Amino acid sequence: MIISNSIATFGRFCMFMRRVFSIPDRMSIFLRRTLVEVSKLGVDSIPLVIVISMFIGAVCTIQMQLNVTSPIMPAYAVGLATRDIVLLEFSNSILCLILAGKVGSNIASEIGTMRVTEQIDALEIMGVNSANHLVLPKILGFVCFMPVLSIMCIGTAFVGGYLVALFTDLIPVSRYVYGLQAMFIEWYVWYGLIKSLIFAFIITSVASFFGYYVKGGALEVGRSSTNAVVASSIFILLFDVILTKLLLQ
Amino acid sequence: MIEVRNITKSFDGRTVLHGVSATFETGKTNLIIGQSGSGKTVLMKSLVGLLQPESGEILFDGRNLLSMSRAEIHELRKEIGMLFQGSALFDSETVLGNVMFPLSMFTDMTRRQMRDRAMFCLERVNLKGAENKYPAEISGGMQKRVAIARAIALNPKYLFCDEPNSGLDPKTSILIDELLSDITHEYNITTVINTHDMNSVLGIGENIIFINKGHREWVGDMSQIYTTANEALSDFVFATRLFQQVKDYVAANAVPLNGDKGGLPK
Repeated sequence: MIISNSIATFGRFCMFMRRVFSIPDRMSIFLRRTLVEVSKLGVDSIPLVIVISMFIGAVCTIQMQLNVTSPIMPAYAVGLATRDIVLLEFSNSILCLILAGKVGSNIASEIGTMRVTEQIDALEIMGVNSANHLVLPKILGFVCFMPVLSIMCIGTAFVGGYLVALFTDLIPVSRYVYGLQAMFIEWYVWYGLIKSLIFAFIITSVASFFGYYVKGGALEVGRSSTNAVVASSIFILLFDVILTKLLLQ
Repeated sequence: MIEVRNITKSFDGRTVLHGVSATFETGKTNLIIGQSGSGKTVLMKSLVGLLQPESGEILFDGRNLLSMSRAEIHELRKEIGMLFQGSALFDSETVLGNVMFPLSMFTDMTRRQMRDRAMFCLERVNLKGAENKYPAEISGGMQKRVAIARAIALNPKYLFCDEPNSGLDPKTSILIDELLSDITHEYNITTVINTHDMNSVLGIGENIIFINKGHREWVGDMSQIYTTANEALSDFVFATRLFQQVKDYVAANAVPLNGDKGGLPK
């Protein structure tokens, strides 16, 4: 039963995506809506990304210092470990798990409300491909802006660690900065960005799917919003494993 | 003209529409009436293609909706305007933005032309001055009028209205009814209204289709309702004490119903 339901839902998701990825009726309207979504989903997430990254970067540095301290470990290992954690996991997987809560619930509740208030029916009756009109700008806008958020996250996390080094005596600033630069592997940055793009697609498409097929009233909209966040979080973790295996081995 | 022939629709094995046939005439206000759960919303949704009936035909001036390709349905929908029960205005757009939306999607008008057309439609529904407000900032009656303006922006051939008076006070309801009736006659539109409101039935019902338990039970106009022999229709229309008294008065005094002097307005 669960398997057949899952297959049916996946089939519905594929058909939904086919409608989403069709050519927009009006390119000018589509581009305008995409810019609005870049602002709403991407730019509006910057404060959250900065605050979280700053603190996580600081915490990572402190944790590394407390756990990695050993006579055989060089002091710069703290900066190096912080950098790799941020590049490999935090700036993509963890950041996207956090954004799944903010952006995913926003999308699911917005589209779900449009469904229950018949706004989507109104679009359909006008002859507009509602899935394409509403969802494609969200997917494209957020996926395009995700690398910016990811890079911003990396930079801010490093600043967080730097401030720890600067204002505490846990690690000398020079050692921390040296650690950030030591044994740098450029591919880790690309790996993080590739993952973040895929996770951004998962967040927007899964949340849109849950919102689009809401039936009922306000209660169901809330439920679909929660389900969207849970489902996109699970898919992010699942794809994290798959992508890590594919891209790092 | 829209013709419906032998439409049948079921949900989970329960038949909601049993071979319903009806004709909705051009230039007239066609009303679908019936109790809650009688199937009138299903009929309306089938007419606009939101639901797919199992059998039958829906002919829009001879073109069968149920045998159309996706592209043909897409084209047909540009000829359809719809007023939803909850207005279904786009929250993120202003009143003007809502009315301009279909114009921006389906015409090659310049922005100025779209604005002029939208302002004309808003003026037609007596909403000049509200164009920069958002739907949440205006009353339910005003929202309905914006929805009507949006529905007529593209000069539709067919106008569908799902419970246009729900949630409105009697005075505003009458305003909306008169507006729909005027627009229907002015632009020669085939208007189909799904309603519970007996004021609408007796005020603008030029062609009334009564649906009961999924069957089309009665067809006629508002003047014929007072003298109908159909018990289910009579029970439904004259359920309230006020309408029962009107009916009794009409019967007792042989009041004409043609809007003649001294008679009840048609």
